[in-house]
Amino acid sequence: MAEWWSNLVAPFPPLLLTAVYMLVFILVLFACVAYTTLAERRVIGFMQVRLGPNRVGPQGLGQPIADAVKLMFKEMILPQDADRFLFRIAPLLSMAPALAAWAVIPFSEHLNFADINAGLLYILAMTSLGVYGVIVAGWASNSKYALLGSLRAAAQIVAYEIAMGFALVGVLMASGSLNLGDIVKAQQGSVLNWYWLPLLPLFLTYLIAGVAETNRAPFDVVEGESEIVAGFHVEYSGMGFAMFFLAEYANIILISGLTALLFLGGWLSPFEGVVPAHVFHLPVIGALLGSGAHWFLAKTSFFIFCFLWFRATFPRYRYDQIMRLGWKVLLPLTLIWIVVEGVLLYVKFPPWFD
Amino acid sequence: MKKIRNFIRSFTLFELLKGMSLTGQRFASRKFTVRYPEEKTPQSPRFRGLHALRRYPSGEERCIGCKLCEAVCPALAITIDTEERDDGSRRTTRYDIDLFKCVYCGFCEEACPVDAIVETRVFEYSFFERGQQVMNKEMLLDVGAKHEAQIAADREVSILGR
Amino acid sequence: MLIQSTVFYFFSTILVASAMAMISVRNPVHAVLFLVLVFFTSAAIWLLLEAEFLGITLVLVYVGAVMVLFLFVVMMLDINLAKMRAGFARYLPVGVLVGVIMAAEMAVILSRPAFNVQKPQSKPADYSNTQELGELLFTEYIYPFEIAGVILLVAIIAAITLTMHKRSRAKRQSPARQVSADRSERVRLVSMDKD
Repeated sequence: MAEWWSNLVAPFPPLLLTAVYMLVFILVLFACVAYTTLAERRVIGFMQVRLGPNRVGPQGLGQPIADAVKLMFKEMILPQDADRFLFRIAPLLSMAPALAAWAVIPFSEHLNFADINAGLLYILAMTSLGVYGVIVAGWASNSKYALLGSLRAAAQIVAYEIAMGFALVGVLMASGSLNLGDIVKAQQGSVLNWYWLPLLPLFLTYLIAGVAETNRAPFDVVEGESEIVAGFHVEYSGMGFAMFFLAEYANIILISGLTALLFLGGWLSPFEGVVPAHVFHLPVIGALLGSGAHWFLAKTSFFIFCFLWFRATFPRYRYDQIMRLGWKVLLPLTLIWIVVEGVLLYVKFPPWFD
Repeated sequence: MKKIRNFIRSFTLFELLKGMSLTGQRFASRKFTVRYPEEKTPQSPRFRGLHALRRYPSGEERCIGCKLCEAVCPALAITIDTEERDDGSRRTTRYDIDLFKCVYCGFCEEACPVDAIVETRVFEYSFFERGQQVMNKEMLLDVGAKHEAQIAADREVSILGR
Repeated sequence: MLIQSTVFYFFSTILVASAMAMISVRNPVHAVLFLVLVFFTSAAIWLLLEAEFLGITLVLVYVGAVMVLFLFVVMMLDINLAKMRAGFARYLPVGVLVGVIMAAEMAVILSRPAFNVQKPQSKPADYSNTQELGELLFTEYIYPFEIAGVILLVAIIAAITLTMHKRSRAKRQSPARQVSADRSERVRLVSMDKD
């Protein structure tokens, strides 16, 4: 299959091919993002014992398209005294890093855009850039609610970035590589060999910090609608608003994918080491049960569901409590576990660190 | 001791998981939503919707123009004019209900000695122009003719309006 | 090679232009954003030198964290531009003098033979800059590295202590105590006689 494909595309220059792949990928990602918004409304609806949007198309499947069309035809209002250029560019600033980070994500062993050595660092750098969109939008809107929102965003993201970075340091120590593909390969074995178990505190920290980094409930003080209307995007309408919306969901998908890669073995199959090896050579069942991109997508979907589940369950944190959790709980927790992990690595603790 | 227990509880995320299990159960439970145009909630026989004027089975209109409904109407939505008919009986020449004024309290229905003015189960109606909200006598009689079976059945069941 | 130099000149043009813009724009928020652009493009140039660890760390630390806090502060400033420009003519000679001295110093240093380095050889694809850097830091430069770490730690602690003056009248909540409160602490059931 792979050989057939590489023969087919051989006559085209690789740069063009990469560009086409990227375009296709971004379109697919946008579709995923659009349907994540639908999934969110349906899932939260279900958890509140109601149905959620189900009118447009079968089971409401046309809803994202209807929303997109509506938003596209709405007027983009430029507030008085707003910084015109920054106001227009801010949605792009929040969208671009969320898309750029996908460049190094491996979907399966050979399926990725760029296999760079410092992949983990690159991811961390890209996710930390996303905050600029929020800050610039808040400042450029020339509105006090938007400014308050962006101040909150700045403080919150810097705080949780550190906990997130330390959680990644743990993964880095365990796998001995910054390359995302190598990190996944280091988790090979069975479900118990994946890093969620030996690095459980770091896994939870990463997940919590990821929720905070994407400004999702229960850490959504940045747009806390009961306090500061809609935070940084109060002044946005039409496509500008839609871009922020898309960026938020693209970030959710990204963080979910990363959690799956770093702690849940990415494309590795959970049946590995459970069912006998010869099963994986069976024609169809083997491909389904064996490792592959579909497991990565399934794990990512699970974490996206978790994001929606959190939002349906937990009330919003108060701002000072968010800071307390970030600095006084998560940060010490990760530091302690890194020391513990260092000791485990030193004594070559089986079965994870031998 | 309690401190230690609380410490362990908060770090095992016990309460968070408890909350999530609750929403998780609700996720799978039966939903209360009624998909309105396809499904409808059950209506009481005493439902107070659009008004109607009834006729006797003989075809004679019930309303005798006593104006009790006009008097009892708290919203002053009913306007009635009466005149003597050729056979000497009193009948209405005008019976208007302004549906924007009406509060659907059902007092007119209760006040009526001959069960002429009733409120039907019809609640899905709309107007597209100003002025259409005033129901005149013909329109009310038409509604009554259209839904007579249902109206009669509901009066059988309910002791109201009798 | 052509592509490399095109990319280099592309980024260095942006770098120089945005650095100039940074010191010449009136609005401080714009200046900070130009500084972000400067950091970003210099990171790109470092990547061109195959120093991916340094390049990405520059983005991560300076763009992702330091400049966010910078922006945080600058956004809240309400700057009176007329007042700021008032002293411009008076400070101009001093500024020019400092600029000339700095330019002269840099010219002297950059003309030293130490800076006259040969163009480094491109490394093979499996060469990991990160690993090399780590090995160097933890073997040859272990003492300077650790001392720098300790100094930074002292700076952190000092900064925290400077800001931590306890106000005796300030009322604070203790979330831990709030959470651990139970019925017996708050409610007292009293049995009383009937009348």
